[in-house]
Amino acid sequence: MLLFAVRRLASAVLVLFAISVLVFLIFFATPGVDPAARIAGRNADPATLAQVRHSFGLDRPIPIRYALMMRHLFISRDLESFVNRGAKVIPQIVQATPVTLSLVLGAAVIWVLFAVLMGTVAAWRRGTVADPLIMLAGVVGISLPVYWLGEVVNLITQSRLHGSVFSWVPPLGYVSLTDDPGQWALHLLFPWLTLAVLYAGIYARLLRSELVANLNEDYVRTARAKGISERRILIRHALRCSLIPIVSLFGLDFGALVGGAALLTEVVFGLPGVGKLTYDALQTVDLPMIMATVIYAAFFVVLANAVVDVLYARLDPRARHA
Amino acid sequence: MPEPLLEVDDLRVTFRTRRGTVTAVDGLSFALAAGDTLGIVGESGSGKTVSMLSILKLIRDPNARISGRVLFRGRNLLELTDRELRDVRGRDIAMIFQDPMTALTPVYRVGWHIAEQIRAHEKVSRQAARDRAVRLLAEVGIPEPGRRVDNYPHEFSGGMRQRAVIAMALACNPALLIADEPTTALDVTTQAQVLDLMRRLRETHGSAIVVITHDMGVVSEIADRVLVMYGGRAVERGPKREVFRRPRHPYTWGLLDSVPRMAGPRVRRLPMIPGTPIGPLDLPAGCGFAPRCRLRHQACEVRPELADAPTGGTRNGASEHVDACWLPAEGRAALRERSREESRG
Ligand SMILES: Nc1ncnc2c1ncn2[C@@H]1O[C@H](COP(=O)(O)OP(=O)(O)O)[C@@H](O)[C@H]1O
Ligand code: SF4
Ligand SMILES: [Mg+2]
Repeated sequence: MLLFAVRRLASAVLVLFAISVLVFLIFFATPGVDPAARIAGRNADPATLAQVRHSFGLDRPIPIRYALMMRHLFISRDLESFVNRGAKVIPQIVQATPVTLSLVLGAAVIWVLFAVLMGTVAAWRRGTVADPLIMLAGVVGISLPVYWLGEVVNLITQSRLHGSVFSWVPPLGYVSLTDDPGQWALHLLFPWLTLAVLYAGIYARLLRSELVANLNEDYVRTARAKGISERRILIRHALRCSLIPIVSLFGLDFGALVGGAALLTEVVFGLPGVGKLTYDALQTVDLPMIMATVIYAAFFVVLANAVVDVLYARLDPRARHA
Repeated sequence: MPEPLLEVDDLRVTFRTRRGTVTAVDGLSFALAAGDTLGIVGESGSGKTVSMLSILKLIRDPNARISGRVLFRGRNLLELTDRELRDVRGRDIAMIFQDPMTALTPVYRVGWHIAEQIRAHEKVSRQAARDRAVRLLAEVGIPEPGRRVDNYPHEFSGGMRQRAVIAMALACNPALLIADEPTTALDVTTQAQVLDLMRRLRETHGSAIVVITHDMGVVSEIADRVLVMYGGRAVERGPKREVFRRPRHPYTWGLLDSVPRMAGPRVRRLPMIPGTPIGPLDLPAGCGFAPRCRLRHQACEVRPELADAPTGGTRNGASEHVDACWLPAEGRAALRERSREESRG
């Protein structure tokens, strides 16, 4: 088990290295894309271009440039934005990370709780009206666009009903957990719920279909023939086995969200997270910032994948020898 | 026969389907004494599994309807509540299924499964249940049971898994063990070992056994009595010796002729029963076997009942041996020989 975990993490490091090379090549060595031209600004004369090229090390061979870039990124951590000269990239990411993590972690807890509850009740009550009703709620959740939902939530909690029911809702923005845990949770409550709605719907539907499939498995019949109660069959047998594919999907979604896929939620609720940072960097084509956020995203996706694989092996004994 | 342990009386199982109502089990009756072994034999689709599942009300299909009586120690199982049934399942009547590969929940250890069976019916500690699981695994011939008890099902071979499933089924010393094709998914050597094991356990645990199989060879190995099913109906029933010595129903003849004779100099090409097994949807009104029977005649358009001598009167001797066929009671052996000759051409 431990060996498996170590091997899995080693391969994750390898993948990260490959991704960093790839990202570097895409941003800084694509023929026809001249970073120097971007830095020097529009209509710069050749002399300026050459000077920029030299001062940014862009005239060195590609492997050296890659090494320099990585040193700026990870060792001296002084990579500077091309757009806002002097603004260091890494500290901005370091500052934005807890915001995104807070948002995604909280939302994940909510959506997993709701999905397990909804999916299990729906599978348990299949054949009654509860099942299609719960699944309908899931579809509604899936089809609500996050951005729109966020705006509506803001409209209601920040202006329309802010004078009455929702007077306790703080203004948009982020308060750090270490500053004031209460305010942290209060500020994040609606962002959490908004982000969780979509995923709760997806996971509830997935879990239900997994459960229904598992309840038709032979081992369920064996358990029944043993005199095991339906409740125990549902939870200890079928739900336990249904969670295996859910966990791997969860890892992917979680990694992607922390990596920046929570962008729309961050933007609409004014949360200064990594998604927002990427969004701004993309708008100004700030190459170092984009590259740093992409590598950051890759880091979380790969890490989440590795954690999922280890967890998967814990959950499914058959996967341990693979 | 002494007071039977299990008495099935006119069991009928129907399913509502899109193509109409199908009758999977049609008026099945038999009795089983404590400690006895009954072999239920028939081709696939003849309603063996459905009839045994319905005995324990394990059919979950909402379109299924079950009628008749299943008396176990005098109680009609079909009238019990879920709660009461749960006490019977696994404790009084245990059931094992065909495919040992999928019979166990893949995420739990073998010992966990056995302990779950024990703790479902008895108030014992985890440790005590585990100790018993180890002993049971040893009893069914799992090597190194103390270590194997912590293996996952996928770490067992098919034969070992079926042994583990048998150990689990016997954990509460059930009075009746129902085994649905327990050897079908196994290779020949393992089949023999598992049958041997079941024979041995019958002695030590004293359980009555119902073995479902499509293989007359398995029946001859283990059963005391035989029930031959075709198209959801019993077509012949009797003590094993009688049925093997003087088989009466043309379908039974076919089943017996398709058993490979291992003892002979060479395994001959098996004469198969011509035609395909019947589904419950195209069951004729008369004798269900008629479409495949060489000896069908006018009378066969009416359904024959299971009787000592359906054509009237009684035969001498074994009145426990009954069949459902309109052929004259006497001279069946000659008829069988003749139809065999004809089939060879
Ligand atoms: N849930 C069901 N719905 C409709 N028909 C069924 C269902 N289950 C079994 N049957 C029918 O009942 C018949 C008997 O099946 P089964 O008892 O499994 O046969 P056997 O075990 O003898 O091979 C089959 O022909 C099958 O089509
Ligand atoms: S009743 Fe007729 S059709 Fe049926 S088995 Fe006997 S001879 Fe054949
Ligand atoms: Mg079957």
